[in-house]
Amino acid sequence: MDSGNTAWVLVSAALVLFMTPGLAFFYGGMVRSKNVLGMLMQNFFCMGIVSVLWAVVVFSLAFGEDIGGGLLGGFDFVGLRDLGIADVAEAAENVPGLALTIPPMLFVAFQLMFAIITPALITGAVADRMKFAAWVVFVGAWLILVYAPVAHWVFSPGGWLFERGALDFAGGTVVHINAGIAALALVFVLGKRRGWPGEAMAPHSLPFTLLGTGILWFGWFGFNAGSALAADGIAAQALVNTHMAAAAALIGWLIVEKVKGGHATTLGAASGAVAGLVAITPCAGFVDTVPALIIGFLAGVVCFAAIQMKFKFGYDDALDVVGIHLVGGILGSIMVGLFADDGVNSIAPDGLFTGGGADLLVEQVIAVAATLVWSFVATFVIAKVIDATIGLRVAPDQEAEGLDVTQHAEAAYAYGDFGSMGRIGS
Amino acid sequence: MKLVTAIIKPFKLDDVKEALRTAGIAGMTVSEVQGFGRQRGHTEVYRGTEYTVDFVPKVRIEILADDADAPRIAQAIVEAARTDKIGDGKVWLAPVEDIIRIRTGEMGHDAI
Repeated sequence: MDSGNTAWVLVSAALVLFMTPGLAFFYGGMVRSKNVLGMLMQNFFCMGIVSVLWAVVVFSLAFGEDIGGGLLGGFDFVGLRDLGIADVAEAAENVPGLALTIPPMLFVAFQLMFAIITPALITGAVADRMKFAAWVVFVGAWLILVYAPVAHWVFSPGGWLFERGALDFAGGTVVHINAGIAALALVFVLGKRRGWPGEAMAPHSLPFTLLGTGILWFGWFGFNAGSALAADGIAAQALVNTHMAAAAALIGWLIVEKVKGGHATTLGAASGAVAGLVAITPCAGFVDTVPALIIGFLAGVVCFAAIQMKFKFGYDDALDVVGIHLVGGILGSIMVGLFADDGVNSIAPDGLFTGGGADLLVEQVIAVAATLVWSFVATFVIAKVIDATIGLRVAPDQEAEGLDVTQHAEAAYAYGDFGSMGRIGS
Repeated sequence: MKLVTAIIKPFKLDDVKEALRTAGIAGMTVSEVQGFGRQRGHTEVYRGTEYTVDFVPKVRIEILADDADAPRIAQAIVEAARTDKIGDGKVWLAPVEDIIRIRTGEMGHDAI
């Protein structure tokens, strides 16, 4: 047990939690004012349901001893038993293979924050039209059937992709590809917003979106540098890479916007920064600084192009979860195979451009493909089942009136005393 | 000359705008308003306390038109704004004594 490492990961867990409210405001600013509470609520609700399910069973499914084939963990840690005992060294032995230098209970907490934000990312795609009750059921089912297995495959020493040697520093596959492809499957079942793509549906508060972007960028230092699970040089390199990729992507996105005859926009700056943060996530502790700048810049350019796909193919990914998280996640996961550097992190083999041949790249492609297939298929089935039972969508007139009033009986903005509001029972 | 005024459901504005464009109007003014007719308001809940909100958000459309065009414009609004549900709103026509275009000083029919 190392107190320095423990202190850093404690702080990182808090940083990563803060990303979910940040994401809520990043998305909340982009929806129309009648749907902003619906968006914030879907994100905040993840902090509730994911936490409870995590303690009860999901951590165990993700990180418990493998039940066979590297597909899923068992039930040894149900209720987080044997993880919080006072003898930390003994507790650490209960999580074999990870060689933890931090208390296992802290690893539980740190990983929980990733599990919270991953389904929250999906909210951007389904904005403005999903029934809250359906979201509640979806998050629970998705966490157990999609998040737990994929986290096990990639992050747990018993997982099959981990054993093959696929590298994912902080969640390019588990978090971003997983959420991005799930978002695509979910919008296929859910359908388009009424009026899309003809109506403008402009963001109601870009200041919120920029504020959310700042919170995400800040929290991402915990997400990526915290994933070193140590306060060491790899954490420092991961933090610098995270920052540089976000910076380069912000510039990359704005350049493309400007060159394409438009203006450099605040929403473009926010989107570019997030695209860079997504792409560097799997690479953060495996690559050197210059590759991080290249990866970030590429992410800004590629994700800008990717968000146009929804108009071409006609799927209503409202706030571009597919264009940014799926495409950025795939880009970053592939980049690991090109730029991984043994000199930066001794657990990583060199990539194709760093003298290590194509072996790692092949493993990265397998990990990406496996995540895409499982997450898409399982999410599609979950969505179909919910749609056939309680229904995924709000009624058309509820969609017109907005999620805030119809789903939550609240209004986000009550300016002035003009509402003629009377208390029932007074 | 007539002033055509309509109160419609906000999400119908785009449909109405397109219908009016097809009908060949010279311009329109819209504003966000609140009110109630036969449609009830809704209930909001804050920390367990329920409140009734009587006024429902609506959009008001105002169009100046020649006498001959006004009924056609009103009919276009009615057709485009109708959902057959309570709260679809109303359209009314009122006579206008004179119209002046501020930039040119044109008056009456020429100012439409």
